[in-house]
Amino acid sequence: MTLLDNLSLLLPELFLSLAAMALLLTGVFWRGDRVAQITYAAAGCLVLAVLLSLFGQDEGSIYLFGGAFVNDALARISKIFIFLAALIALLMSTRFMLREKLGRPEYPVLILLSCVGMGLMVSANDLISLYLGVELQSLSVYIMAAFNRDSRRSTEAGLKYFVLGALSSGLLLYGASLVYGFAGSTNFQAIALVAADVENPVGLTFGLVFLISGLAFKVSAAPFHMWTPDVYEGSPTPVTAFFAAAPKLAGMVLFGRVLIEAFPTLFDQWQPIIWLLAAASMIVGALSALVQTNIKRLMAYSSIGHVGYALMGLAAGTEGGLAALVIYLIIYLVMTLGTFACILSMRRSEGMAENISDLAGLSQTQRGLAWAFTFLFISLAGIPIFIGFFAKFFVFMAAVEADLYILAAVGVITSVIATYYYLSVIRTIWFEEPAVGFVREPSSAVSFTAIGAAIITVFGIIFAIEPLRAVAAAAAAPLF
Amino acid sequence: MIPESYSDVPWLTLITFLPLVGALLIVLRRATSREDEQHLVDQAARLVALWSTGIVFVFTMGIYFFLYDKDAAGFQLVERVGWLGYGIDYKMGVDGISVLFVVLTAFIMPVCILASWNSIKHRVADYMISFLVLETMIMGVFCALDLVLFYVFFEGSLIPMFLIIGVWGSKGERELFGRTIPNRVYAAFKFFLYTLLGSLFLLIALVYMYLEVGTTDIVALLQYDFAREAQTWLWLAFFASFAVKMPMWPVHTWLPDAHVQAPTAGSIVLAAILLKMGGYGFVRFSLPMFPEASVDFAPLVYTLSVIAIIYTSLVAFAQEDMKKLIAYSSVAHMGFVTMGLFTGTQQGIDGAMFQMLSHGFISGALFLCVGIVYDRMHTREIAAYGGLVTRMKWYAFFFLFFTMGNIGLPGISGFVGEILPLIGTFRVNTWVAALATLGMILSAGYGLRLYREVVFGEVRHEPVKSLADVTRREGGLLAILAALALYLGINPTPTLNVFSTGTDYVLTRLQPVTDLAESTTSADQIHIEPEAHQ
Repeated sequence: MTLLDNLSLLLPELFLSLAAMALLLTGVFWRGDRVAQITYAAAGCLVLAVLLSLFGQDEGSIYLFGGAFVNDALARISKIFIFLAALIALLMSTRFMLREKLGRPEYPVLILLSCVGMGLMVSANDLISLYLGVELQSLSVYIMAAFNRDSRRSTEAGLKYFVLGALSSGLLLYGASLVYGFAGSTNFQAIALVAADVENPVGLTFGLVFLISGLAFKVSAAPFHMWTPDVYEGSPTPVTAFFAAAPKLAGMVLFGRVLIEAFPTLFDQWQPIIWLLAAASMIVGALSALVQTNIKRLMAYSSIGHVGYALMGLAAGTEGGLAALVIYLIIYLVMTLGTFACILSMRRSEGMAENISDLAGLSQTQRGLAWAFTFLFISLAGIPIFIGFFAKFFVFMAAVEADLYILAAVGVITSVIATYYYLSVIRTIWFEEPAVGFVREPSSAVSFTAIGAAIITVFGIIFAIEPLRAVAAAAAAPLF
Repeated sequence: MIPESYSDVPWLTLITFLPLVGALLIVLRRATSREDEQHLVDQAARLVALWSTGIVFVFTMGIYFFLYDKDAAGFQLVERVGWLGYGIDYKMGVDGISVLFVVLTAFIMPVCILASWNSIKHRVADYMISFLVLETMIMGVFCALDLVLFYVFFEGSLIPMFLIIGVWGSKGERELFGRTIPNRVYAAFKFFLYTLLGSLFLLIALVYMYLEVGTTDIVALLQYDFAREAQTWLWLAFFASFAVKMPMWPVHTWLPDAHVQAPTAGSIVLAAILLKMGGYGFVRFSLPMFPEASVDFAPLVYTLSVIAIIYTSLVAFAQEDMKKLIAYSSVAHMGFVTMGLFTGTQQGIDGAMFQMLSHGFISGALFLCVGIVYDRMHTREIAAYGGLVTRMKWYAFFFLFFTMGNIGLPGISGFVGEILPLIGTFRVNTWVAALATLGMILSAGYGLRLYREVVFGEVRHEPVKSLADVTRREGGLLAILAALALYLGINPTPTLNVFSTGTDYVLTRLQPVTDLAESTTSADQIHIEPEAHQ
């Protein structure tokens, strides 16, 4: 393979990196307030990146740069959804950023860089490229979390995220160095070969545990979730919307790829760890959310719970389990973006409203928003006929197939508890007397996203599940 | 093999989703209205809801009388479209077990709309939308021939009911964990979470069955033989779901709360149809799919049923709230259903099905009766009434009729629905039958007490003196319900025959397992001839 062949297969990432640099220079040297132009240019680049990653969907698995990266169905499909989610998050942020006087050209550039990082994450096939991808993605997001630099909460969120994130990166690196020390290679397939030969791979297991801890931190699985609520709450809402969606997908796909590609023979060692992470996340997510009054914190705990369900698919360690994970994350992406679009619409004349009690009686003041909230929250709770039910359905299926009955039972009980707090929000919207209404805004990316996501959650049951199943099956196949 | 006859026209899809079209029309009407047109929107919502449910009723009647072959076994009017792929399809169809519940649903829904015509004044459009969505979900439950589809409708029905109880429920507050919350909110959450916990275990069982059989087609699952060990667990998971829905003692406690808080029409639909989903689930899934486990667990079901019959009857005695009393009596009557179903005899199963149908009319009518006086007096306290007969003679007549039906007076459908399960049980277990008979006596006790204290006696309270008798709308509804209960009571055979075209298959699945000596009695001797109790 020539260098050119290698580069052509990483086209979306290359394109996004070049675009990010060009936009950064433009932002610096182009005089005057050009934030809007740069934002829309970045959005255009993301659209192009989505189109670029649509090419070559049926090419099989190709290893690039001596096996450092892999371009397979899982990577290609994840990239499409990651870039789409980033695009939507970017478009939703424009009006908010201008209104809050946060409009700076660095913001779209950081989103593009973060997308490059995520693209590398999902196609990483080597511990070094894994680390590269993770760090590029995280560093961009740390800055974005602190983007409102005059706000104490936002700075705190960024700092907290950074310090804890650096700790987890340390864990990740430590694990990677241990694995390299014992396996003699950083390539996933080479590690797998060594692991298959070793009689009692204590050293590898040790490294694996550190790797898992680092990655669990990145996807905010309990007990590595402590940063999530504060960062979700403190960051500007469009930023939260961004990193609640796409990085979760990238992180989970990477998680799955490392465990299944590099440590297939250590399945007995890592399955109980993932089992515990899944169970702990579901329990923490369900119980801690019960007492939240801030809707962004609620979404943080909800995301911890959802990561737990997605990990249930990974704990199965089967092809069906990985496919269920991909289905889960794609559906979760839609629901999260929709919910944050709703949260972005919660604005009063004096500023953003973030408390659940601000939603009181919304069904009588703003019906459209109330219905969107209702649909999305019931869907997040996983109640049919909404699409969130099918996300849970397939991970439960994977868990039962792998005889993980206890984990499935934990999932059942926690989803009943979780339903309670989702219903509490719906109760506030429907059963209580109206509070002061929100400012009505002309239709924008935010309302389109909210309405679009709500419609998908309802009508997805008719048309979306079968294609989604096919896509996920295709994505999971090359790893087995 | 279970025969299946496909239909070219998707009739069942039509009656299932037609209410949604009505709901959409209401949404559109409201979206295009001005702020000051609220009362016009409300009136339009009522009319659209009535027309939608009415058209569904007409279609259902047409299907039942002209398209459905009442003598044929197996599934009819089947339709099938690819849905999730890999053996999970959109498949609808009816057989002898489900067709009468479809008819019951189509009949009860317009009654509900009419019963809330004037009593709901607040957020009428949302209310009507909820009811129309609810009708779609219930129709779907009874028509679905795919387990995933069934599950989707089964759980989907929780959401509109949650809103109906929570938004339009009655007033009052209670203390819970140091916080004061409205009773209706408490009841709505309890209803939702109880049922959800049960049905999630059903979901796990469903997934297991899918992985084992490779499809969730109910017709295929009905013919599959699960291993003995697996049957036990699957049966328990299904039981968790349906026992809560039924509801059986000791998981019945959500029902009195939900009934008391729900608006009148909510109570009607809850008692008349939603509870039947539990019994329908038992006879559609638990008995024929897991026959060995069903026989193993029959003693457990008998025990719980007898406790339900006797204990909740006694509890009903002590109630001061009319709706709560009727709610507890519902639990007791559902005890007869579960008892009859698990006898594995033709009388038991057909009788239980009949009891569900009859209870649908009678309990629905009783809740309507409570709703009628509640609309006038705004209280459900038994003590607040007394001497109604002096002011409302037609009301007294209908209330007496349905009380008698609830007690099980021969000639009214309730009698057939209680005597047949008792006969079936007697053949299998004399003691259980004897104890359950005690429940019939108790039901006469609390039923007559309720009637005496509300309708007879001196007029003790001033507001009672100014009460008006039933309106034409209310009287008409009660008269139709009474006519149906009377018809079913005098001539139950055609209905029982329709049931037995569906339950015959259930019996053939159970027969190898149950005592063969018991199954030789022919079906004809069992059916109570009309002459026997006229």
